[in-house]
Amino acid sequence: MVAPPFDYVAAGSYDEAVRLLAARGEEAKILAGGQSLMPMLNLRLARPELLIDINLADQRPPSRTGDLLRLPALTRHRVLLEHDLVRQHCPLLAEAIRHVGNVRVRNRGTIGGSLAHADPTSEIGCCALATQARVVARGPDGERTVPVSELFAGYWSTTLAESQIITDVLIPVARPRQGWSFLEMVRRTSDFAIVAVAAVVELGERPGEIAAARVALAGVADRVMLADPGPMASTADQDLDAAAARIAETLEPASDVHASAAYRRRLARVLVARALRQAAARATGDAR
Amino acid sequence: MNKRQIVLSVNGTDHEVWVFPSDTVLDVLHDELGMADVRYGCGEGVCGTCTVLLDGDPVNGCLTLAVQAAGHEVTTMRGLMGPGEVMHPLQECFLRRGASQCGFCTPGMVLTSVDLVRRCVSQGQARPTRDEIRYALVGNLCRCTGYTKILDAIEEYADQ
Repeated sequence: MVAPPFDYVAAGSYDEAVRLLAARGEEAKILAGGQSLMPMLNLRLARPELLIDINLADQRPPSRTGDLLRLPALTRHRVLLEHDLVRQHCPLLAEAIRHVGNVRVRNRGTIGGSLAHADPTSEIGCCALATQARVVARGPDGERTVPVSELFAGYWSTTLAESQIITDVLIPVARPRQGWSFLEMVRRTSDFAIVAVAAVVELGERPGEIAAARVALAGVADRVMLADPGPMASTADQDLDAAAARIAETLEPASDVHASAAYRRRLARVLVARALRQAAARATGDAR
Repeated sequence: MNKRQIVLSVNGTDHEVWVFPSDTVLDVLHDELGMADVRYGCGEGVCGTCTVLLDGDPVNGCLTLAVQAAGHEVTTMRGLMGPGEVMHPLQECFLRRGASQCGFCTPGMVLTSVDLVRRCVSQGQARPTRDEIRYALVGNLCRCTGYTKILDAIEEYADQ
C-alpha cells in the first residue's frame, strides 16, 4: 500500500510545531521517528492532511540532573540501547529496547513518539510505568508535566490535549536495593508482545523485606497498565508467586487472533511471577 | 499537495528530483531513479527489502520520507560496490555460500550485515557471534534460503 497524499512541514522548534498543530488541529499529525505513524499511513489507517516533522526541533542528548534521567523526546531507540546514562540509570529500559522492532526501527524510532503513539503492547510504555516516569508536554499555554500513569487513555490514545507535544521523558534514576526485570512473550522475535511485563522491586531494611514493588503489563488491556501486586510478605518465591496470581485474577484481557483471553491471563501470571523473582534477585545482588 | 524539488545524494551522486511530500525514499529511489536494489516488500518496516543506509545507519526506505532524506547521504547496496561494479566482499561470500536464491532480500541482508560488522569492529569486538548476527537480521526476511547459508556467508565475511 501507498500512503494517502499529505502535506509536510519541518518545524525548526517545538514552539513552531505547537503553533502549527494548534492552527491545524485534527488535520495534522506530529512526525517523530515515523516507525509507527508511517506504517499507519501506508496501511491507510490514518489520513492526516499535514505532517509536522519535529526531527529538527531538538538535538539534546540524554542527561542526568540529580535523581532524574532526562531523555529528550527525540532520543532514538538505538541511543536508549547504547547510551551509558541509560544503561547505568535505567537498565530496565536499555534491556526492554532490545525487544523493540528491528535495527532499522531502532535507528529512527523515538521514545517520545512511542509514548505518544500509546500502543497497548508497548515495551517502552511498560518501562515508563514501572519506573514512575513523567513526560513534559508543551502546548500553546506552556509546559506541563504528566505522570505516565496518567498518560494513556485507551487504544492508541493519550490524555494529551490536541496541540500538546511530548518534549521530554523524565525517569527517576535506579537506586541501590532496587531490582528490575523485563520479560515478554512474542510469536516471532521483534513482533508485537502478546504479553510483556516490566517489574521493579525495592527492598526494605530487614532481610527479605519488600519496601515497594511496581508491575507494568502490556498486551492485557486497551493500554499498557500498572497492576497492583498487593502486600508481599517477603521476597520468598511463594510470596511473589501469590502476588502474580492476584494480579492475573484482576486482568480482563481481550481475545484476538493472536491469543485468547485465558492464554493472556495465564501468560501474565507466569511472566509476572518470573519478573518479580528476577527483580527481587537483582535487588539482593545475586542476579540469576 | 504540490511537488517540490529536492536534492537527494545517493551513493555519492546528487540527484535533483521533484517529489510529493508523501513520497518515501523507496518510492523515489526505485520508481523515479530506477534503483532496482531498493525494493518494496511490506510497507511496514518489517521485511527489510527496502533497507538503505541513511548517513551510514540502516533505515526503512518505506518509512522515511524523501523530503526527510534531502541533505543526508543515502547508500544502497550498489553504493558498497567498488569502481566498475566490483562486488563487495560480503557479496562474494553470499555467492560462494549460496546465500542468495531469488535475491529479493539480498540488498537488505548485505547492508544490515555490513553495518553490524562495522559496528562490532569499531567497538573493538573482533566479529559478531552467530547469535548476534541472527538478532541483527531479525528484521530481514528471506523466504528461500532458510537463513543458514546467509548466516554462513556473513560469518565468513566477518572472519576476513
